[in-house]
Amino acid sequence: MYEVRIHSRGGQGGVTAARLLALAAIRDGKYATACPFYGAERRGAPVVSYVRIDDRPIRVYSQIRHPDLVLVLDPSVMDVVDVLSGMKPGGRVLMNAGEPREMKGFPTFAVDLTGIALRENLVVAGSPILNTPVLGALAKMGIITMESAKMAIEEMFSDRRNVAAAETAYRELVA
Amino acid sequence: MLTVATGNKAVAAAVKQACPSVVAAYPITPQTEIVEQIAEYVTSGELKSQYIPVESEHSAMAACIGASVTGVRTFTATSSHGLHYMHEMVNWAAGARLPIVMANVNRALGPGWNIWAEHTDAFQERDTGWLQVYVASVQEAYDATLMAFRIAEHESVLLPVMVNLDGFLLSHSMQPLETVEIGDFIPPIRLPHAIDTAHPMGYGTLTGPDQYFKLRWDIERSMRDSAGVIRQTEDEFAKRFGRRYDAVEKYQCDDAEVVVVAMGTLGKEAEVAVDLLRNEGVPAGSMRIRWLRPFPRLDLSGRDVVVIDRDYSFGFGGVIARSLAATERAKPFSVIAGLGGQEVTYDDIAGFVRSRRPGEEYWFGVMPDV
Repeated sequence: MYEVRIHSRGGQGGVTAARLLALAAIRDGKYATACPFYGAERRGAPVVSYVRIDDRPIRVYSQIRHPDLVLVLDPSVMDVVDVLSGMKPGGRVLMNAGEPREMKGFPTFAVDLTGIALRENLVVAGSPILNTPVLGALAKMGIITMESAKMAIEEMFSDRRNVAAAETAYRELVA
Repeated sequence: MLTVATGNKAVAAAVKQACPSVVAAYPITPQTEIVEQIAEYVTSGELKSQYIPVESEHSAMAACIGASVTGVRTFTATSSHGLHYMHEMVNWAAGARLPIVMANVNRALGPGWNIWAEHTDAFQERDTGWLQVYVASVQEAYDATLMAFRIAEHESVLLPVMVNLDGFLLSHSMQPLETVEIGDFIPPIRLPHAIDTAHPMGYGTLTGPDQYFKLRWDIERSMRDSAGVIRQTEDEFAKRFGRRYDAVEKYQCDDAEVVVVAMGTLGKEAEVAVDLLRNEGVPAGSMRIRWLRPFPRLDLSGRDVVVIDRDYSFGFGGVIARSLAATERAKPFSVIAGLGGQEVTYDDIAGFVRSRRPGEEYWFGVMPDV
């Protein structure tokens, strides 16, 4: 089972990112569950959501303690949350940032999702859309196929710029 | 067709296909998505139902009762405080023998104010005469909702059915969902005591002790008969659509010396704990009780039993643990866990089994570790 923990802030689309990733994995023919953790969130507060991907039906509903991948949509949450908590040995980190940074030896990947969204003019209510471009980066990392990433985005959003943004993120991911 | 959905959306998808004539509902977290989705189906014309947006849950159930007694299919959904606000009418629906289907998204009761999963809300309605089923996946939420209509409306049952799903854990989790072409799986509803203006009858009139007593027995008789109807419906569902359900879902039980009994998503999590324990050489199994009413028989003889209750009856105990002590003469290690959405992992469940103390009650996270 492959386990992904997504860190973001309320309103940044972390829940939708989890659902898109699960949908893409399902389109790859896998089983997947996207479980957002709902607390007493308000906009801007640090939040987490979870995605599990497996070849068999998923029977676990508890929170992910030992992720294979940590996705940080908003690096500023790292000031208040230990995003590496419980990380599996060999686990990886994907950050919304221009350059990868040192994360206690865990292989770290970076892509400027905010910049991509702004360039594509993917902005809703003043916030750049991060959850569609990130699928491109996750495809580049081999977690889903790019074909299924595009399929998932098209199923949930009609605006073609979302797919274009994912393609850009695929190209611009830095290890 | 393979699609993806949350537990809430899966329930709404099944309701769309069952096509109730009337849906009356009031939104409440974490159920709101069900009624929002149904309202959307009605607005878009995908569902030809009369949608009644009422001002309270008491009215939601009252409207369903009023509609149902005319002989049409009805649906509502609620959760926690909403369920208890309609409590009077919940009793009425069963007593009036109306096959209403309701989804209840299990959520704790306040105070302290809490929106997360717990089964006490529905357990408190267990003596009302409603059939109750508890599901543990998005697919099962859909499948059980479809079957609920057929079971409720069966001539040997004619009792309302409550489909329960864990708040957030299931209502808001997204998983694959295989929808089916239902064809004639749910026959047209036929209520023998429907209001017929050509043949006026009295409804809800004062009923003396002798007649009242007979009506109560009639509910119990149908409740007993419903077990067979449930089995028949689940068999027919498996035959048509390939997915098999039973009153109790057993996992690795054949040679199990210790069995974990749980409900809802914890029942699935328990299977993972069983895998862990089996790897350690512990011959464990699990049973997930799906139907709370009618209460099923479990084959527990000669085994250690660990019951996880995501509920509590104050001054008495965990409802499932105490029920099994009565019906199966079990002497379970009674674990109270997951109240108010408390996090319980498969590691925790494996721990309950390793350090079980038959006959004792243990509150997880409150009492010192077992």
